[in-house]
Amino acid sequence: MSDDHESVYDGLLGGDDTQWAFGTSFEDPLAGVDTTVPEGVDAGALAAYCLMLGDDALVHSHRLSQWASNAPDLEEDIALANVALDLLGQARLLLARAAAADPGLVPALPEGSPVPSEDALAFFRDEAAFRNVRLAEQENGDFAATVVRLLLLSTHRLALLQRLAASTDQVLAAIAAKGVKELTYHRDHAARWFLTLAQGTEESRRRLLAGLALVWPLRAELARTHPVERLVAEQGVGVDPATVTDEVDVLLEQVFSVSGVERPGLPATGTVAGGAGREGRHSEAMGRLLAEMQVVARAHPTGLW
Amino acid sequence: MSTTAPDEIAPDEAALLAQFEQVLARHDRIEPRDWMPEKYRATLVRQIAQHAHSEIIGMQPEGNWITRAPSLRRKAILLAKVQDEAGHGLYLYSACETLGVSRQELTEKLISGRQKYSSIFNYPTLSYADVGTIGWLVDGAAIANQVPLCRTSYGPYGRSMIRICKEESFHQRQGYELLMTMMRGTDAQRAMVQESVDRFWWPALMMFGPPDDDSPNTAQSMAWGIKRDTNDELRQKFVDMSVPQAERLGVTLPDPDLVWNAERGHHDFGQPDWEEFHAVVKGSGPCNAQRVAHRRRAHEDGAWVRDAATAFAARSSVESVETQEARA
Repeated sequence: MSDDHESVYDGLLGGDDTQWAFGTSFEDPLAGVDTTVPEGVDAGALAAYCLMLGDDALVHSHRLSQWASNAPDLEEDIALANVALDLLGQARLLLARAAAADPGLVPALPEGSPVPSEDALAFFRDEAAFRNVRLAEQENGDFAATVVRLLLLSTHRLALLQRLAASTDQVLAAIAAKGVKELTYHRDHAARWFLTLAQGTEESRRRLLAGLALVWPLRAELARTHPVERLVAEQGVGVDPATVTDEVDVLLEQVFSVSGVERPGLPATGTVAGGAGREGRHSEAMGRLLAEMQVVARAHPTGLW
Repeated sequence: MSTTAPDEIAPDEAALLAQFEQVLARHDRIEPRDWMPEKYRATLVRQIAQHAHSEIIGMQPEGNWITRAPSLRRKAILLAKVQDEAGHGLYLYSACETLGVSRQELTEKLISGRQKYSSIFNYPTLSYADVGTIGWLVDGAAIANQVPLCRTSYGPYGRSMIRICKEESFHQRQGYELLMTMMRGTDAQRAMVQESVDRFWWPALMMFGPPDDDSPNTAQSMAWGIKRDTNDELRQKFVDMSVPQAERLGVTLPDPDLVWNAERGHHDFGQPDWEEFHAVVKGSGPCNAQRVAHRRRAHEDGAWVRDAATAFAARSSVESVETQEARA
């Protein structure tokens, strides 16, 4: 038998960067990509829009990653980590796109700080500057609530990304095209579990319905058009979320119907002083989420990771 | 590999044993359907299960830092690593299943404390540097232990180990690269790396098990080709390998007796605190109770989901039979 796997130590002291899974130093995820903002597009609005899409992905990824070592079985541990990794990858690209379009959005760090802009945005922005919907930031609850949230968020996001693949911003279009493949899997995974829990045991059905009741009222926020979303839609770079609602409803209805679950008739969660996540007005869960996510990075504003 | 046709008279056990030993002598693999001595099977189950449990419990100390990773790139690396560990657990539980023991049984043994996992995971991860140190030293020690297992006599285990070692070597490089990067950062980061190495060095040396003269299972395992090197041989190899890496990194290893011995061509080094080792193995390490309680909770919390999946699959297969019958 060949012993070539015994050479695992050989490269440790060498300088061959190609051996490393994620590169050996920070690389701009958009390196080599033309990030010029298309003519007639408001760069500030494009950047704000990328933050909305990027923060939804980052914050939802954070919640899903909390399942690591806590999932119902090893297969699901792996699956949820996969989804979290996909969303994290989308978040990195979208935050980098936001920073390239409008460098003014990136929080200021001490002179000479090596912290790249995607990390400055993720770890040094305050809560009110995050633009994710409140649905993404809620604590996980049990596995049923996690599945319902994944179904709602992925169905909506997939519909958005399918349209965004035609964005006049080439960067956003490319990010969306990659994301469509990922989101198709996420939605499928969530729908399968939705059906399984609905039709599994009495207990799983009870929990699924409870999870649905918990999560559903926050869904309305996804379809609420923010002025930035309206503007980028008019300029051909973004999608007005209200325009995907019908399609999303039909898709969800299919999942509900095959699962024998009634679409909830619950009222939408209210806004705060007229605003919600897209305006930076979050739920109480968000502050704790960010405190945890940002604690190490903020302790080392000139740190090199 | 030899199999016995059902209509043949089974040769007596002595002949089977002779055949088994010939396979070992040729350094060939024993496969699941081959005859094997019961003690060989039991030893393998014990060792593979312990390894599988170590992967699964090992998800906790590193998973502890996923939500606090200080950069998005590091978060992705760490999440992917913890995911790989779940995958390694899966391969290894599957290898155990080829020996007739189910994942469910092994999980029950783990959460009731009847089977062990690597004691290293009974130490806490207290800073982000620990993510790097675990990659460099803990995964490094694990690889030193595991690489010889790629040639172990039991086929499914050996083949799992080849894949696992490749991924572990990736993890080791990533850990070392994190520490290298932090050493190029601020003074606070350098201090964090040194503090982490100080805490993990001795527990990493303990990962090779007790000294050879205190290792009751080694001789039999080596005769069976389950184990290929003694604990002390592997420990020496690991120290010799780690010293230049530590120098390159710019950290000191916390052992005043560590010195190159030109005569032996190896480093001399001090002994870990074996009393602490035995205490941690027996259950009184800083995190033993926490690690097992975490696994038990996750397993019990997930029971209703697994039950639902089983019930749904049973119903779906009944329905598909009924549909086929209706069509017929």
